[in-house]
Amino acid sequence: MAAWSIYISFIGAGLIAMLPRNRAHLAPWLALLSAFAGFAFALTGAFDPNPGSFHILARHSWIDAMGATYLLGIDGISLTLILLTGLAAICGILFSWNIRERAPEFFALYLALIGSVYGVFLSFDLLLFFVFYELAIVPKYFLIAIYGSTRREYGAMKLALYSFVGSAMVLVGLLAAYAISGGETFDLVKLAQHPFPREFQMWAFPLVFTGFAILAGLWPFHTWAPTGHVAAPTGASMLLAGVIMKLGAYGCLRVAITLFPRGLEPWGFSVIGFGSWQDVFGFLAVTGIVSGAMVALVQRDFKFVIGYSSVSHMGFVLLGLVTLSTIGMRGAILQMFSHGVIAGLLFGVVGRMVYDRTHTRDLDLLSGFRLNQALPFACAIFCLAGFASMGMPGFSGFVAELQVLSGAWHSFPLLTLVSGVGIVIGVAYTLRAMQKAFFTTPPPTPVTQGTHHEMDGAPITLPEKIGAVILITTSLVVGLYPGILLRWIDEGLASPLFDLLRQGGLS
Amino acid sequence: MNYLDFFATLLPETTLVLTALAVLLVDAAGLRELKTAHRILGASLVSLLGCALSVAFVCMGHGSSYLLDGILINDPLTRLIKVAILIPGMFTCLLTPGSRLRAHPGEYFCILLLAMTGLLLLVSSENLLVIFLSLELASMCLYILAAFNTTDARSIEAGLKYFLFGGISAAFTLFGFSLIYGLTGSIDLRPIAGALGQSTDPLLMVAVVMVIAGFGFKIAAVPFHLWAPDVYEAAPLSSAAFIASGSKVASFYVLARVVITGLGGTTGVPGSQWMTLLAILAGSSMVLGNLAALTQTSVRRLLAFSAVANAGYMLIGVLAPGSGGLPALAYYLILYSITAIGAFGVVALVEARAGHDRLDAFSGLCRNSPVTAFCLMVFLLSLAGIPPLGGFFAKFYLFAAALRASPGDPLILSLVVLAIASSAVSLYYYLRVLKEVYVRPVAGAEPAPIPDLPVIGLFILAIAVILLGSFPQWLVHAVESAQAASSF
Repeated sequence: MAAWSIYISFIGAGLIAMLPRNRAHLAPWLALLSAFAGFAFALTGAFDPNPGSFHILARHSWIDAMGATYLLGIDGISLTLILLTGLAAICGILFSWNIRERAPEFFALYLALIGSVYGVFLSFDLLLFFVFYELAIVPKYFLIAIYGSTRREYGAMKLALYSFVGSAMVLVGLLAAYAISGGETFDLVKLAQHPFPREFQMWAFPLVFTGFAILAGLWPFHTWAPTGHVAAPTGASMLLAGVIMKLGAYGCLRVAITLFPRGLEPWGFSVIGFGSWQDVFGFLAVTGIVSGAMVALVQRDFKFVIGYSSVSHMGFVLLGLVTLSTIGMRGAILQMFSHGVIAGLLFGVVGRMVYDRTHTRDLDLLSGFRLNQALPFACAIFCLAGFASMGMPGFSGFVAELQVLSGAWHSFPLLTLVSGVGIVIGVAYTLRAMQKAFFTTPPPTPVTQGTHHEMDGAPITLPEKIGAVILITTSLVVGLYPGILLRWIDEGLASPLFDLLRQGGLS
Repeated sequence: MNYLDFFATLLPETTLVLTALAVLLVDAAGLRELKTAHRILGASLVSLLGCALSVAFVCMGHGSSYLLDGILINDPLTRLIKVAILIPGMFTCLLTPGSRLRAHPGEYFCILLLAMTGLLLLVSSENLLVIFLSLELASMCLYILAAFNTTDARSIEAGLKYFLFGGISAAFTLFGFSLIYGLTGSIDLRPIAGALGQSTDPLLMVAVVMVIAGFGFKIAAVPFHLWAPDVYEAAPLSSAAFIASGSKVASFYVLARVVITGLGGTTGVPGSQWMTLLAILAGSSMVLGNLAALTQTSVRRLLAFSAVANAGYMLIGVLAPGSGGLPALAYYLILYSITAIGAFGVVALVEARAGHDRLDAFSGLCRNSPVTAFCLMVFLLSLAGIPPLGGFFAKFYLFAAALRASPGDPLILSLVVLAIASSAVSLYYYLRVLKEVYVRPVAGAEPAPIPDLPVIGLFILAIAVILLGSFPQWLVHAVESAQAASSF
C-alpha cells in the first residue's frame, strides 16, 4: 500500500496541472488532499505485521535486457523517512496557502517533487532509485526560480547544478558497480551481497558518498544550501531542508555504505593524520557542524541563520553515518527525521509567518516590529522550535544528536569534542536570532529608516497554526518517546542489506 | 543473384526517387498558379505520402539478405535505422511550411527526398565505393538545402561553408578509401577486415586518419565541427533540422559499420591506433561542445553545440569492443533524432512569430502556449539526460553497454566518466532556455498565438520521448533482436 504514496502524489500533480483557469482556487485543496492521501498510504506501512523489517511492495519486470526491475520495497529506515516526507508535504502545503500567482503550477511542481522523494525512499532497484533521485531536480529548480525571493534564479541554478553534478558522480559509481558485478542486475539487495573488489570500493565509495553528500550539505560542497534555502519560497524551503537534504543522506547510507562498505577500511598508510575515508568524511562532517554554526552566528538575514544551521545539523547525520556503529547510524537516521521536522518548522516561521508580514528578514530591522507582541504565536512557536533545534531534552533533536555523539565517541574521540563546540555555538546563534528578531525593543528615537515598516496586520492564519502545531508536536512526541521510530530503525539496520557492513566490523 | 530480390530490397529508395520526380511534376503542372504557401503545403503533402509509403516498404521487408558481396544489405538493424532516417524526414516535410521558403518549393522537396535516398543507400552497403557515392549524393543535396534561401546572405554563407568543409572532407574520405584499397586490394569491408588483420603497413595509419577525418565532418565531431553552428543557425529551419537528425543517424551508422566491420579486426595491429584517435575525437567533442554551448544566445547555435557534444557521447558506442555498443548506439540515434527534430520544431514555431531564435524570443512561452512549452521542456531535458525521458535512458544504456562490453578498460571508463562529467555541465544551458520559457515574463508585446496543428505533431513526439524513456523495454528489445539477426 505504501507504494501508492508515490502514485497518488503524481496523480495529484497531474490533476492540478490540468485544472482549468477558472478553477485555480481548488489547487491548494487538491494538493492538501493528495498530500494527506500520500501520508495515509505511507502510514499504512506502519501497520504491517512486522513494520521494521524489509519487505517488497512491488516487483515488475521493467528493462529485462539490462536486468533492471521495477522494485519497490520498504524497511524501517524507509518507513521513517516516508512518514517524514508525508508530514513535511502536508505542512509545506499549509504554509503555502497564501500563494496566488500561478498557484496550480506551484502545487503541481510541489507534488511532483514529493512523489519523486517518496520514490527515492521506496526504490530498491538502483536504476529506479536513480531515476527518482534525478527526477527531483527539475521541480525544485522551477519552484525556486519562479516563486522564490532573494536572487532566486541564481539560487535555483546553483541548486540544480550542484544536484546534477552530485548525481553525475553517483551515476559513474553505479555504472561501474553494474559493469563489475557482471551487468546482470540493479537489484540493491543482490548487489549488496556482491563482494566488489577492495580496490574498486576504495574509489567508488568516496565518489558515490560525496555525490550523495553534496545534497546532504557536506562541507565544503554545502554552499548551495544556504542560497537555495533563502531563495526558495517557504513551502519549497521547508521541503528542501525537510526532505531533499535527507535524500542525499539516505543515498549515502543506502547506496554508498551498503554497496561499498570496504571503502571505509583503513588505507594502510596515513596522510596528515587521515588513515581512511572514514576519517576524511568524519572530519568534513565535523567541519560542517562547527563552521555552519559559526557562520550562522554572524548572519544578518534571518533565513540565512536557519540555512546555515541546516548545514550544521546535517553534519550530525553524516557524522553518525560514518561512525559505522549501530548507535551512531540509528542516531543519524533519527536526526534526519528530527531535523526534517524542526528545520521545516523554523523555515515556516521565518519565511511565512514573519517575512510575508514584515517583508524583511534583516535581523536588525526586525527588531522594529516588536514581534513578540505583534505575532505572539509565531514568537512562541519559534522559541519552541529554537529550543528543539538547540538540542533541548524532550525534543527529538536531543535524542538524535546524543546517539550520534555517543557513536562517534568510539570512532573519533577528538572530533566528537570539537562537534560539542558546535552544539554550544548552536545554542548561541539560535538565542541570538531569537532575541534579535522577537525580543529587542527598538531604540527610543526611531530615526533610522526601516523601523517604521508597516506590518501587513494579518494575524497568523489557521493553516499556518495547524502546520506549526503538527510539526512541533511530532518533534515533542519523538523526543519523549523515541522508541516508536527507533524500533523500526533498528530493524532496518538489522536487515540482510547490511550483512557485508557487519562482516566489516559494524558494531 | 536474383534481380527480383534486388528490386524488392531497393523498393523504399525507388519510392523516394519516384516521389521526388512526382513532386517536381505536381508542382510544375498543378500548383504553379497558386500562392507560395499553398504550393509548399501541396508539395509537402506529396512528399509526406512518399515517405510514408517508403516507411511501409521498409517495414514490409523481412529476413536478412546480403546481395552482391555486401553492395546491398537488407537486415533488421538496417531497416530499423532506415525508419529512424525516414521519420525525421517526414517531420522535416511537416516543418517546411513554417521555414519561410520564398520560391521553388517543388525543387526543395525533390532535393530533400533525394537526400533521404542517398542516406538510405548509405546505411545499406558494405562496399566502400557505394558508401562513398551515396555519401556524396546525400551531401550534395544537403549543401543545396542549406543554401536554399537564396535571398538570405546568411543562408548562402552557411551553405558555402558546409560545401567547402564537406568537399574537403569528402576528398579525405576518398583518399583514405583508396589507401585501404591499395593495402588490401578490396573495396568490400569484410575482405578488408581479413586482409588488414595481418597488415603492419604504416600507411594503414594514414588511411585510418583520413577516413575518420572524413566521417568526423559528417557527424560534426571536434575538430571537424566548425560548419555546424553556422549551418544550424542560418540554413532554412527544415534543412537544419534534417541535417541535425536524419543525416546524423545515417552518418553515425555508417561510421560504426566502417569502423567495426572494416577496422575492428585491426585492434591489436601496430600502427592502427584508430581507437585512440576516435577516443580523442569523442573526448574533445564532449568537452568543447558543452563548454561552447554555455555562452550561446541563439538557440539554434546552442542546439548545434549540443549536437557536437552528443556526437562525442555516441562515439563511445562505436568504441565499445566488437559490436557490444551497437544496439545502444542504435537506440541513442533513434532517440536523438526524435528529440532533435522535436526541438527544432519548437524553434520553428517560436521563430515564425518572433522572427529570430535568440533566447528572449522564448520568454513567457509557457503563458501563451503551455503545450509548446511543455514539449520544449521534454526535448531539452531529454537532451540533458534527465530521467525518465528518453535521452537519459539512451545515455545510460550506451554507457552501461560500453562498460559491460569492456569491464576494466581504462579508455572506455575514462571516456564514460568524461561524458558524465561534461553532461553535468550541459544542464546549465538547457535550463537557461527553460528559464526564459517558464520563469521570465513575456518580453515586449503579446506575441501572435501559435497555430494548433504543428503543436499536435510536436506533442506526439514529446509523448514518444517520455514513453521510450519510461518504458524502454520495447525498443531495447527491438534493437537487440535486430542486431542479433543482422550481419553486423
